Amino acid sequence: MSTLVFLEHHGNELQKGSLGVLSKAASLGDDDLAGVLIGSGVRELASEAGKFGAARVYVADDPRLEAPLPQPRVDVLARLVQERGVDTVLFAASVLSADSAAGLAARLEAGLNWDLVDLVNDGGRLVGKRAVLGDSVYVDVGWTSEPRLALIRSGSFEPNATGGSAETEDIKVELEDFSLAATMVEQAHEEREGPAIEDAEVVVAGGRGLGGPENFALVEELAKALGGAVGATRAVVDAGWYPYATQIGQTGRTVSPKLYIACGISGAIQHKVGMQSSGVIVAINKDPNAPIFEFADLGVVGDLHEIVPKLTELVQARRSG
Amino acid sequence: MSSGAFVPNFTRDATVRVLHVKIAVCVKYVPDAAAPKRIDPQTKRLDRSVEGALNPFDVHAVEEALRLKEGGAGDEVVLVSLGPQKALEALRRALAMGADRVVLVADEAAGGSDLVATSYALARALEREEADLVLFGQQASDADGAVMWAAVADRLRRPVVSQAAELTLNDGKVRVKRQTEFGYDVIEAPLPAVVAVSDAINEPRYPSLKGIMGAKSKPQEVLSASDLGLEADRVGDAGSRTSVEALVDPPARGDARKLEDDPNAAQAIVEFLAEKKLL
Repeated sequence: MSTLVFLEHHGNELQKGSLGVLSKAASLGDDDLAGVLIGSGVRELASEAGKFGAARVYVADDPRLEAPLPQPRVDVLARLVQERGVDTVLFAASVLSADSAAGLAARLEAGLNWDLVDLVNDGGRLVGKRAVLGDSVYVDVGWTSEPRLALIRSGSFEPNATGGSAETEDIKVELEDFSLAATMVEQAHEEREGPAIEDAEVVVAGGRGLGGPENFALVEELAKALGGAVGATRAVVDAGWYPYATQIGQTGRTVSPKLYIACGISGAIQHKVGMQSSGVIVAINKDPNAPIFEFADLGVVGDLHEIVPKLTELVQARRSG
Repeated sequence: MSSGAFVPNFTRDATVRVLHVKIAVCVKYVPDAAAPKRIDPQTKRLDRSVEGALNPFDVHAVEEALRLKEGGAGDEVVLVSLGPQKALEALRRALAMGADRVVLVADEAAGGSDLVATSYALARALEREEADLVLFGQQASDADGAVMWAAVADRLRRPVVSQAAELTLNDGKVRVKRQTEFGYDVIEAPLPAVVAVSDAINEPRYPSLKGIMGAKSKPQEVLSASDLGLEADRVGDAGSRTSVEALVDPPARGDARKLEDDPNAAQAIVEFLAEKKLL
């Protein structure tokens, strides 16, 4: 096997998801495991990847690669895969990775399996594990040709630093005209306050079911009583009820606290992928058919406006008692 | 023809648009949300014999195309789809909303196409349309795929932007505000371009009675793989590069509990948390 892991970075840091995928790839027994760093001024991040199992890190460093846009990355990846005879390219799912992987699939006529939660090396044959139909069925997926491309669901693999070091190799950057046609006019700057919700042991999250932005106070009070952080769904963030930095889901944070309490959240796949690996999930929602009840450990059908304040009081009493 | 040589239908220095601006919306026919979904253990494919519908995420892309047209930024909205013949009925919902016509690539041989094969067929159909803007919805509700636009854009050699929460079309360029893991970006691309919109971008309209009545008489073109000149070994199973090898039961869920209209729900939650040693 000759595996390449796409190393996504942001704000001069390798993303945890990419390092998790790198650690997983290393555990599959590939002793020629490589990572690829694509960006501008990213060379210094290469050594970090070595600690997580990469034997080699290819670096495509070019000012034209500064903006996190997929198409120039497809050009770099396609050339690298073809010239080095890479047979497997793994991506930790993200907006950038998904668009890069799909562009690469078309460019190389390569099979892409997405939303994988595990990878197994079955005697040299790679098998992906995927949950489908609202996670009611698991399927084993494969590839009928090489190269094989895979997008791994967020949070599937934890980074595991083994302390190795990687050889760094600069690669040539040649970009297609159409790949440079889309330009970044304004790039997001992360705004964060308080402790990162990824590190919280308890997360209390609110969704559309709160009814209005003022009701986030209910969520905040419960979170405070439990010593936890506050999360939000994409719907309420897009509606301007709560800051983006608290958004949990596919285009937000991925959390796996010991306890996750969902208040007025339906549990659409967009949200689910960001919190499903939580230890214990409690859901409060007035709609008995909400998908969140399919994966909550304790589902409470009822009015959160009554239940949540009462719960906060009881928790406070217990903690001070 | 090659879309690479295709010139955007605008002139920079003129205040009036000189040519027709065409918006193509790629839509998918999926099993209806209310229909029981299952994987056929024989074919290991999703059972598509149930009642079907227009992928709900694509309805937002249709709505956005109609708004662009109504706002004067587009002239024609064409639906492009790869699916079975019976998909036409579901696609009429988008015609009833206001789309102008449908191009459906319906060929038995294309059934089971994966990303590589589907993007090939769609790109061929889109090349034939020479659309200035190609729109996609955020994901397919059946396979949870959320990547088709990037594969199609690569085949068309056009710029692509995904996750659009706002979109404007001006002066031969598309300007998109989009959400990623890090917040909101603003991206611009010259036409022709490919954009995937999120479901937060708009609230789709319901078709009017007049729209529903008129939908049947709008042009609905059904093409076979050979009509489009598709190579037989590049669609369907033959053209696909991925496979489903086995169905496995999901891991057993723990002792999940559900309370309905329990007046002591808050107390019950506290007891549950205490039992799990979380308090």
